[in-house]
Order: sequence, then structure tokens, then C-alpha cells
Amino acid sequence: MIQAILVFNNHGKPRLVRFYQRFVKEIQQQIVRETFHLVLKRDDNICNFLEGGSLIGGSDYKLIYRHYATLYFVFCVDSSESELGILDLIQVFVETLDKCFENVCELDLIFHMDKVHYILQEVVMGGMVLETNMNEIVAQIEAQNRLEKSEGGLSAAPARAVSAVKNINLPEIPRNINIGDLNIKVPNLSQFV
Amino acid sequence: MALKMVKGSIDRMFDKNLQDLVRGIRNHKEDEAKYISQCIDEIKQELKQDNIAVKANAVCKLTYLQMLGYDISWAAFNIIEVMSASKFTFKRIGYLAASQSFHEGTDVIMLTTNQIRKDLSSPSQYDTGVALTGLSCFVTPDLARDLANDIMTLMSHTKPYIRKKAVLIMYKVFLKYPESLRPAFPRLKEKLEDPDPGVQSAAVNVICELARRNPKNYLSLAPLFFKLMTSSTNNWVLIKIIKLFGALTPLEPRLGKKLIEPLTNLIHSTSAMSLLYECVNTVIAVLISLSSGMPNHSASIQLCVQKLRILIEDSDQNLKYLGLLAMSKILKTHPKSVQSHKDLILQCLDDKDESIRLRALDLLYGMVSKKNLMEIVKKLMTHVDKAEGTTYRDELLTKIIDICSQSNYQYITNFEWYISILVELTRLEGTRHGHLIAAQMLDVAIRVKAIRKFAVSQMSALLDSAHLLASSTQRNGICEVLYAAAWICGEFSEHLQEPHHTLEAMLRPRVTTLPGHIQAVYVQNVVKLYASILQQKEQAGEAEGAQAVTQLMVDRLPQFVQSADLEVQERASCILQLVKHIQKLQAKDVPVAEEVSALFAGELNPVAPKAQKKVPVPEGLDLDAWINEPLSDSESEDERPRAVFHEEEQRRPKHRPSEADEEELARRREARKQEQANNPFYIKSSPSPQKRYQDTPGVEHIPVVQIDLSVPLKVPGLPMSDQYVKLEEERRHRQKLEKDKRRKKRKEKEKKGKRRHSSLPTESDEDIAPAQQVDIVTEEMPENALPSDEDDKDPNDPYRALDIDLDKPLADSEKLPIQKHRNTETSKSPEKDVPMVEKKSKKPKKKEKKHKEKERDKEKKKEKEKKAEDLDFWLSTTPPPAPAPAPAPVPSTDECEDAKTEAQGEEDDAEGQDQDKKSPKPKKKKHRKEKEERTKGKKKSKKQPPGSEEAAGEPVQNGAPEEEQLPPESSYSLLAENSYVKMTCDIRGSLQEDSQVTVAIVLENRSSSILKGMELSVLDSLNARMARPQGSSVHDGVPVPFQLPPGVSNEAQYVFTIQSIVMAQKLKGTLSFIAKNDEGATHEKLDFRLHFSCSSYLITTPCYSDAFAKLLESGDLSMSSIKVDGIRMSFQNLLAKICFHHHFSVVERVDSCASMYSRSIQGHHVCLLVKKGENSVSVDGKCSDSTLLSNLLEEMKATLAKC
Repeated sequence: MIQAILVFNNHGKPRLVRFYQRFVKEIQQQIVRETFHLVLKRDDNICNFLEGGSLIGGSDYKLIYRHYATLYFVFCVDSSESELGILDLIQVFVETLDKCFENVCELDLIFHMDKVHYILQEVVMGGMVLETNMNEIVAQIEAQNRLEKSEGGLSAAPARAVSAVKNINLPEIPRNINIGDLNIKVPNLSQFV
Repeated sequence: MALKMVKGSIDRMFDKNLQDLVRGIRNHKEDEAKYISQCIDEIKQELKQDNIAVKANAVCKLTYLQMLGYDISWAAFNIIEVMSASKFTFKRIGYLAASQSFHEGTDVIMLTTNQIRKDLSSPSQYDTGVALTGLSCFVTPDLARDLANDIMTLMSHTKPYIRKKAVLIMYKVFLKYPESLRPAFPRLKEKLEDPDPGVQSAAVNVICELARRNPKNYLSLAPLFFKLMTSSTNNWVLIKIIKLFGALTPLEPRLGKKLIEPLTNLIHSTSAMSLLYECVNTVIAVLISLSSGMPNHSASIQLCVQKLRILIEDSDQNLKYLGLLAMSKILKTHPKSVQSHKDLILQCLDDKDESIRLRALDLLYGMVSKKNLMEIVKKLMTHVDKAEGTTYRDELLTKIIDICSQSNYQYITNFEWYISILVELTRLEGTRHGHLIAAQMLDVAIRVKAIRKFAVSQMSALLDSAHLLASSTQRNGICEVLYAAAWICGEFSEHLQEPHHTLEAMLRPRVTTLPGHIQAVYVQNVVKLYASILQQKEQAGEAEGAQAVTQLMVDRLPQFVQSADLEVQERASCILQLVKHIQKLQAKDVPVAEEVSALFAGELNPVAPKAQKKVPVPEGLDLDAWINEPLSDSESEDERPRAVFHEEEQRRPKHRPSEADEEELARRREARKQEQANNPFYIKSSPSPQKRYQDTPGVEHIPVVQIDLSVPLKVPGLPMSDQYVKLEEERRHRQKLEKDKRRKKRKEKEKKGKRRHSSLPTESDEDIAPAQQVDIVTEEMPENALPSDEDDKDPNDPYRALDIDLDKPLADSEKLPIQKHRNTETSKSPEKDVPMVEKKSKKPKKKEKKHKEKERDKEKKKEKEKKAEDLDFWLSTTPPPAPAPAPAPVPSTDECEDAKTEAQGEEDDAEGQDQDKKSPKPKKKKHRKEKEERTKGKKKSKKQPPGSEEAAGEPVQNGAPEEEQLPPESSYSLLAENSYVKMTCDIRGSLQEDSQVTVAIVLENRSSSILKGMELSVLDSLNARMARPQGSSVHDGVPVPFQLPPGVSNEAQYVFTIQSIVMAQKLKGTLSFIAKNDEGATHEKLDFRLHFSCSSYLITTPCYSDAFAKLLESGDLSMSSIKVDGIRMSFQNLLAKICFHHHFSVVERVDSCASMYSRSIQGHHVCLLVKKGENSVSVDGKCSDSTLLSNLLEEMKATLAKC
């Protein structure tokens, strides 16, 4: 079982927080902070497994994480999950994000947290791995996006116009913070059909 | 209304959407909190509007704020409103918000039940999907109970997208509502063979989670999982299954044996590291579960260790970490194989990654031997010096102690060295583990008699340098070692060289800064020391010397009398008075030494930690019984007329007190506590000494002087541990030389005499004799102590509720609650339309339910036995180590007595059995084959009719009163063979796809070469085609997905599509392969003919007698019959044979007449009536296709003719 999935940036700002076990919100924030500090002090070239954060408890649990450019993707899992499998799952998730957002960057995650959640929901459900086949995941997401579009979407035309007007006053939003090298060593991604 | 709408949409123009909110927060970095609270106010306004789009937008923003840590529980009701929107866009937002913020305590959650039910049954698969996803995060026991049935229906949804989600969510439902597990389980099991890989993977996932917690209930699924493991190509599924097997093998060692081979093959063939790693892990689990010392498994261990070495040597730190992790599992059972990689593991101790260093440390535990212990510990000691963080250093410290003390100090040859290591460890500042070192010092000094002299000298040196320890390290607990030092010096004072010096050291004023419990030990042991000094002085006749010591005591003890610690104070006052008394006596020249040392006469022996618990209760002593008659609560009860009741009460006096008024008891307890608290003489349940220290008034004013002395500890005149290593080497060298000499002498002697096997002189552990004769005093245990105490399962484990026996048939009361208004009428025989193989015996049909309870119980028992048998047979393809523990059914007829005794012997040879769809055919192996031949000989000698089979297990539930255990037979038939390879095959119909059969071909390598590049090419006919991978043409061969090392066999499965099944047919094929051995490689070929009989298109399908009767009545079946003479076999065996070879099931059996049923893969019903005459059997058949029937009967005739 996956206990929690956390995504935060190099400064510890949460970008996605998904708990599959109930924690009160203060504890949730504390877990995010603690996990961030645990992960931050580790070099990039040491192993991606961490034993026992004190909050998500017990020796049965491991933190498995990957670091992409500005973002950390952290999965907290118990011993029923394969460590390398989860590493690959993170890769699948990130590559799916990359496909759905077309060259994903941190800003996509910042402004479209809801969409990121919807993508995650097609990968992991209730703490269990739902689908690992990227094509299948992307197909389902696209189908749902089409459905949403046919319904007119949440922000119909007028609101969009307003937001376009609002955009004018803003300093230029940097688009170039790319999530970076997706092709980090993945021992066996291609094996997961 | 219209106006309102317009107004709403105009308002919306100025509403922020999620992006605006995020942007706003980013632009208000300085006053973020203020900005957000302003946004929340806006959101509250938006939620008040009627426009659902506005609401949805607001809820979407709330979800974001929730992530940032803001409370959104107040909006729970609005979230539900958005969930119930008709548009998918809004619904999705609602469910997302709910999944992030709802939990069991959310009170409005019960309002969602009907909405969720509606969404679950929505025609749009994405509505359903979104509801399932959301529900998986906030399902409560109530929701689980109310929706279990709806979700169960969704498990058979037409869309795989829904099916997989429904399957997955079932795990959550089971957790919250354990009663649903049994009714849902058959369907879940069915999903293991779902055509969609996603659904299959989900089902595997759920069952693995379930089985991980309660593995024994899922053992019966092992055959199914085994089949999946050998056929699946999805690595996720494989990993899960392999992990599951790792959990199952400890329960069933025979399963492990079966697994080793396919797992080894996987290890060889896979390129995915994750799969490789899990395979290795499970092989390790298997090897652990098997009794060690099996020669053929050493190869597997070697393989694992080899592969792990590759992982550890990899530059990828992750693989290195996992390699070490798995290595530590092997270590427990096969330390030798890991020890050979010592170099590598020691190397990892220097890794920059702390996770890896810790793993390597774990491994060291098992790497040590008598030979290398000193060397390893020396290395660790250098690490201790280098270690930067205290956590890692503490870890090192505990590991050093662990590896030295393991299995009763097995590896320590020189305890002087160990003591000096411990003393060196006391240099560690800031460690939390002072008490660990102290415990070791005490343990060694007490249990190793020979070392006491040395230990005492070291400890006195420690006491001498106490100022260092006491001052700068008081807070971090290293001063605990002084506890041990003081005790050892006192208890074994006879070994002290300068007792007077030590006595002075222990009476130093600085000692009073130590924690109370250490001071107390000081005080007590000062007296012991004093006693022994007195004795010495008196014996030497130095009266002044003796008096001087007494004077020293009288001078110094008062500092302890003033101690704030009660224990210290009490002991010190006592002893001070004692010494003063001695002083008086000494003044009168009375010899006192004898009497003083009598105070400490006798030896203290170590007592085993659990000794107290294990004292058996003496016979005749009832600890629960009342010593006195229990007092009756009220006088009135003693009245005469109630004597009858009174008597009854007396009969169970044990229950009386528990019935006493609880409140009253609590009140009394409270009163007693009060009383105790006020009683100064009552010793309270030990609060920590530190605490007591603080509690005492006035202590905080006593200044604690911190003295910082950074002089490292050196024990003058005593060798440091490093020197021991050198000394030890020299000693060993000498020993070896001596031994060699002796050996030479002996050899010469042997040469003179008979020549025996000359063993090579190897230096093993046993050769190293310990430096000093160590007699480890064993711990004391009470006489006739009880054997080990079991540790109970945690009663609070949430998964305990799921510990449910899944093999029992369902009872009425266990059905899932169904919403009444959507209840469909249950048909009389549930399997009539959709025969579901898996379910067949699970749901007794209605008629049967009316049967007497007794009968059902009997059936249940039978069924259970059957289940156990199934598994036993499946597992027993390799000979079990002990006589097979298969629960043999009680024989009811004489003839099965014979069969049973023989079956016992033949368990080993079980090649397969009649329940083909339940358990995949076990693979043939060479040695098994031989065995079978052997037993065949045996059979003849016993005059057992050859070829008799196991009675049909499953189908007999309606008839067949007796059960027989018969020699099993394989359904695998020989396909072709040559000197390289032997092919056997079995053809099975599959229910899932129409007109498809699976051909399982077992390839056995009989040569000494490796067979690889195997390809199977089959010439398709018009009627039968082989299913080939996409893009390959009809003439291409289909590769066999494995290689065969010499002597190994493996199974490959191929699917064939059949157009018409009414006729048997044959397909020609060729197996081509490359045989490679030392001399080179050759291309070889083997031709074969696949024979598809009509029987192979049939699938054993159970049928109830009412459905059977209806089928016959319907009249649209054509009929045909055969008769075979000269049959001597018993009717039971005959039926079993038909069931086994022709895939029928018995519907009903009356005397020597039975009706049987089967179904073809294309849905033809086949009904048989089998009658047995004197020496003949007649079979009448009815079938919806006459050609099929006549062909079938011909085949059956051939089978029966052999009987």
C-alpha cells in the first residue's frame, strides 16, 4: 500500500499532497515539512530510499523519492510494494505529466493542481497501484478532458476573458523552468508494458 | 429566475478561478495569510450562490487551500452539493475535494450514500470511475456496508476501466466491512483470470494485500497464482505474485520447492532489475522455509548471492542498497555463503551514503567468525572514531556489542580483548548507550570466571578515572559504565591488586555528582571492598592499617548520608552506623573481619531473564481460588429461604469477585492510593531516580560543578585492544604450528598403519582454541520450567477482522445486504445461464439449503478435506521431506482401504488430478517419471487395477456418498521425443474466449546441452489456428519464452482458435532449437502432431439436477449411445475416469447409474447417462450437436475399453 504521495519543490513548498491514510491537517503539514527536511539533506547521487520518517510510522514503511530539477516526488510505501517498482511508478507518473502538460514544468503543477490530481487518480487509487501502462493512463485522461470540454469546462468564456485581462498586468511568468532530465537512470522502465 | 441566472454569470466574471487564486497568493508573498483569509471570505460568498458552476469553482479553490494547510471541513456540505452536480466537470471537482477532506468523522458523509450509489450505476463510465476513486479515499464502515453489493456488481462491468477500479476498491470495503469478504471473494478470485491485464493486476493487488496479513487463508490459491506466475508477462503482476509467494512459503515448505525452479528461470531470463530483485527475495524466503542442508539448493543460494553481489557492485546506489538488504535475509540461514563476500560488505562500510552504511552494518552481524572477529571490530572501532553523527556512532556501538555478544559470546576467543574494547568504548562522548556497555561488562565479568581478575583490574582503572566520566558526560549516560565498574570491583574484590587505592577512588567527593542509582551501588560496594581489606589487614596482623581504613570510611561516608537520593541516603546511614560499630570493636582489639565478610558471603549467579515467568504452578495450587470464603455483599442474602440460590453461587466462587461493584472497587483503589501516597514508609512504584532527584526540595541550590578534562582515557600498564590483535595472531600462529606438528606425527603414524582418508589441513573456526579456558556460567532456570511462552497476536490489529476462512461455503446470513427495491429475483439454479467454474461449490442452491443442518455440516467437512487435498496434490509433485500430512478422507468401503494405503506412498508421484481447471497441471520432471514407473511396478504386485484414478473431487457434491483416494494420473500426454528433448502436452478449453483452447506444452531437456532459441511452428488448418503475436505471419515460428539448461523442464502455453469443435483434429508442428554444449552448437528439429480430441473442447461444468432435468426435457438434444463389455473396474473409478479424461462432472448418482454433464467451449450441452451392468457399461448421451456427441462417445469408448 502507498501511504502518501507528496510533491514539493526545492524550497519545501507543497505542490501535491495526497494522503491515503487519515491524518489531521496539522500533522499533514508537519509530515510534509519533515519529509522535506529528510530528503533535502541527501545528495542527488545517493540511494532513493529512506527508512522511517518518524511521522508516517514504523519500520514497515519506507520513503521512496525522486528528484527532478526543482521538484521532489516522494512516495511513502509499506513493505508490500517493490522498491524498484515504486521508483518506476514515479517515473511513469512524471512522464505522464510530461505528456499531458506537454513538456511539464513546475508552473504547470502550481497552476493546475486539480489536473495533476486527476492524473494521479488514474495511476494510484486509494493507495493501490491502479495502472502502470502510460498509454492507457493518457488515453483515459484525454477521454475525460474531452468530456469536460464538451460540457463547456469549468471556466467558460467570460471568466477566461477576465483572466486574460488580469494576465496583462502581471510580470512575465517564466515558462522555462522545465522539469528537467526525465531520462534519469531508470533501471527497467521499458519492462513495464 | 432568468434574471438571477444572468446576475450569476455576471458575478462570475469577477470570480477568481484556481489560477487566479494561485497567482494572487504568489503576488502577496508578504501578507499571504491575510490575502488567503480574504479569498476564503470570497469563497464563502460564492458558495452561497445557486449557480453550481460558481460553487464548483469555489470548491476547487478550497481544495488548493486545503493542501496549504487550511481547514475546509466547514464546506463539507457544499462539497456534497458539487458532487451531486449532473455535469462530469463539476462532479469530478466535488469528489476530489471530498477525497482530500472527508474522513470517518465527517458527519455529513452519510448523506452521500445515495448520491454515490447513483453515480456508481451511471451510464457514463467516467461518472462511475470518479465516484469509485473518490469513495476509495473516504469509505466508512457504513458506506462500505451499504455500497458493497453495488460495487460487487461493478466487478463484472463490461468496461475494464470500471472493473479494475471496482476490484481495487473492494480491498478498502473489506477493511471497513469485513463481512463482505466471503461473499465477494469468489468473484474476486474470478477476476484473477480476467482477460484485461489491468483488471487482473488489480485483483492480484487486492489478494496480495489480503494475503499478506492472513496468509494461511490464501494457501489454496497457490496453484492459481502459480499458473499466473508462469503465464503472465506483466512485471507489476509478477512482482506482486512473487512477493505473495514469499509470504506463503513459510506456511507450506512444499510450495517453496515447487517455486524454486520457475523462479530460478526468471532470475536467469529477466532483464528487469525490480523483478530480478523480488525473485531473489522470494527464493531466499523459500530457502529459509526449507530445512537447510539440502544439497541441490546450494546452487540456488549461490545464484542468489551471486546476483546480489552484482547488485551491490552496481554503481546505482539504489541497487546497492537493496542488494545489501536482501543479503541480510540470506545471512540468517546461510551465513557461510554471505561470508565469502566479506570484502565487498566491508567496503560498503566506507560508502558515503548513510543508508548503505547502516545496511552493511546489519550484515556484519553474521559475517563474524572466531577468526575474523577481532579484525572486524578493529575496523569498526576506526569507524567509531571517524563517525561524524551521533546516530551513526551509536549504531556502530550497538553493532559492536551485538556482534561480540551474539550467541553467548560464541566468537570471542579472548575475553581480555573484549573487556578492553568495552573500556575503549567508554571514551565515546554523547552516546546514549552507556547502559549497554555496562550490561556487557557485568555480564562478562559474572559469567566468565576466568576473566574476573583482568576485568577487576580494568574496572578499578575506570573508577580511578571517574572524574572524566562523571563530569563532562553526566548528561549523556556514559557514566552508566561506572555502575558496572563499581559493582565488579566490589563483588570480586579478592582480585584487586590495590584495594585500598580503589576504595579511595570510590569515596572521592566527586562521586556524589553521579546519578543516584550509581551512587547507591558505590555505597554498597564500598562496604564489600572494605570487608575484604579488613580481612587482608587482619590476616597480615596490621591492626593500625585496619583501623586506618575504618577511619577513612567514617570520614567519607557522611557525604553519601547527605545525598538527596533516598536510596543512597538510606544505605549510607546504615553502613555508617555499622562501620562506627566496627570501629568501637577495633578499639577493643576484637577481630571483626570474619563477621564483616560474612555479610557478603556466597556467590551471586545469573538468573535467566524469563526464569520468574517460567516457574510452573505447583500441582494443587489454584492462584485464582479464594483463600478465605468471599465475603457476601449484603447480609440479607443469607436468609434461609434463598438457600437454593446461595448454593449455586458458591459453586462458582471465581466469578463472584468480578461481579462485585466496579465502582466500589475503583473507589477503594483510589483510597488506597491516597493512603499510600501519604505514607512515608511506603515504597512507591519506582519513579526514575532522576525525577526523584528533582522532586526533592532544595536540591536545585546545590551547585553542580562541571569539570572539563579533555585528557583521553589511558589505562597505564595495560595493553590496548589493538595490541591484543597482534598478540592473538601470535598465539594462533603458535597454536597452528603445534597442531601441524601433532598432525604430522599422527600422519606418520597413520602411514605406518592403515591409510585412512587424509583430510586436508584447513584452518576452520574450530581450530582456534580460546585463549583462556572460558566457562560460561549458564543462567539459572527454575526446575521443570515451562517451554517457551508464545507471543500473542496484537488484538488491536485492524487486519485481524479479515482473518476469515474463505474455503467454507457461504451461509445465508453472510449474504451481502441488498437494497430491496433493486432486488432481482434469484433463479432456482444460479449457474444455469452463466456457469462460473470458480463459484460452483460456493453457493449451495436453495433446495439444499432446506436440508438438515447435519447434512450440510458433513458436506462442509468434505469440501474442506477436498480443498486440502487439492493443494496437497498440487504441491506434492516433488517428494515431501516427511510423510505427506495430507488429511486422508475416512474410507467407507473396503476396497478403498487398499487404495488409501497405496495412495500414501504415491502422494509423491501425483502427476496431476482430475480438477484440471482448479489447479494447473504440474510439470513433469525426470525423477518423478522414474518414480511413477516404480510405483507402477508396485501397483501390479499389489494387484490393484492399473490406471484407477482419484475420485472426481468437485462434482460429487450431489451424489457419490463414498470417497476414494485413488492413484492420480496425468492428463499430459506424450507429444514427441528425441535424445534432446521430450515434449508432453495438455489441452484445456478456456471459458473466457469462445472457441479457444490452451495447449500447455512441457519441454524437458534430456541432453547435457543447453537448449535455446526454441521455436514452435505449427501448420494451421482451416479449422484450427494458432494465435500468434501480432505482425508475425502464418509461417513464422513462435518463440518459446525460455531456455532450458540440462535436465530442466518448463511449460509454455499456446492458444489455438478452433472454428468447429464437433470433430477431433490433428495439427502438424515442428520444434526447432539450438543445442549448445562445450563442443559447439547445433540446430535440431523435432516434429510432432497435436491431437485435439473432442473431449479437450469440453470444460468441466457443474450442473444441478433440476437444471439437468430441464435440459433433458427440452427435447432439442440429439441422442446416441454406446456399450462396452469386459469392464471390471469399480463404478466409482469408472466415473472418475470419465470425469478426468473427458471433463465431465457427476450430476447425480444412484447405485450403479449416474448422470453426468459437461459443456463445450462453444456452449454445447452434453448430458450422459452411465449405467453399469455385470461386466459392461452402457453410456447414453444427449447433446445439442449429434456429430460432436458421436465423436465424443467414440473417444469415451476407447477410454473405457482400456479399463
